[in-house]
Amino acid sequence: MADNTRTIEIEVLRYRPEQDQEPFYQTFSVPFADDWSVLQGLQYIKDDLDSSLSFRWSCRMAICGSCGYMIDGVPKLGCRTFLRHYYPHKVRVGPLENFPIERDLVVGIDDFIGKLEGIKPYIIPREPRTLEQGEYLQTPAQRDQYEQYSSCINCLLCYAACPQYGLNPGFTGPAALALLHRYNADSRDQGWEARQEVVNAEDGVWRCMLIGYCSEVCPKGVDPAHAINQNKVNSTLDYFGVLKFLLPKGAAK
Amino acid sequence: MSARKPYVRSMDGWWRRNPFFMRYMVREASAVFLAIYAVILLAGVFRLSQGAAAYEAWLAALRNPLAIVFHGIALLVVAYHAYTWWKVMPKTMPMLHVGGRRIPEMALSAVGWAATLAASLVVYVLVRGLS
Repeated sequence: MADNTRTIEIEVLRYRPEQDQEPFYQTFSVPFADDWSVLQGLQYIKDDLDSSLSFRWSCRMAICGSCGYMIDGVPKLGCRTFLRHYYPHKVRVGPLENFPIERDLVVGIDDFIGKLEGIKPYIIPREPRTLEQGEYLQTPAQRDQYEQYSSCINCLLCYAACPQYGLNPGFTGPAALALLHRYNADSRDQGWEARQEVVNAEDGVWRCMLIGYCSEVCPKGVDPAHAINQNKVNSTLDYFGVLKFLLPKGAAK
Repeated sequence: MSARKPYVRSMDGWWRRNPFFMRYMVREASAVFLAIYAVILLAGVFRLSQGAAAYEAWLAALRNPLAIVFHGIALLVVAYHAYTWWKVMPKTMPMLHVGGRRIPEMALSAVGWAATLAASLVVYVLVRGLS
């Protein structure tokens, strides 16, 4: 802590439901070291300046996906964004866009959790293998088809980057559709039919306008825009009844 | 009673909040210029079907300074449209692997840009040669 020589102004969007009608910015002066993340700045505020500030965080290393905030208007993880990159200017921290604000930087994610369950995020084999049949085998090439989509940490930066989700909250959205594709693209899974209703719906892949900002802000390289737009092709083939001939091993219900 | 009182923010002016969204809006709006240009071309084909005099009148209308200004602007806007079209095109394709390595999106876009440029040059040379 010896090199806490610089002080940055952090403007935090506050909203305390029991007393505020609408959110407002509150400015804090935070002394920081070179290696301090925005999350550490928020922790300093909570520990030393104002204990009423509410925000989510956990792992501090871009794995848990809890600390997504709007940082100077861009959806970022607080733990992998550094204060030194904003100094000597002030930095604005707000709750993720397109979600209702519960309190300060905490947003309501009930809607996403429901959608995540709705895509059946688990492997659906046509016939479950018995123990005698042994494990599912997969080549590295088959794994490459879904591996990047499996890196999602549910941080919801992509939803905060998606105006379509803000304008049409019914939209299944980037992360849920990317995870849907993660299972559909897995050679061990034959669950297209079980998930097709979500894909083909108007609020499924067709709500996406390929703005592409979701893939830009993703901290894990998942590229949800790619997952969604590949499935516009699949959805079209499904509509014309062609897809079932292209699926490698038939489909499972 | 629940103490929850979620605050929902307005989406008004969403596309002005981020340069990324502004570029998206320009990309979508560029299709309008493409459509107008296509209509003008179709009108030319229609006038051609009506005989030489009608076609000459259509050609004369294109020499109007306003028409020339429009085509100048449309050329720039359509060039941007083509650039963005190929830039996002790889997102709609399945993953392609060659020799165990994934073909990068930029390589796919570059092929598209090169093809557009080559096709435009061929059309330009053909039309120049005919007139």
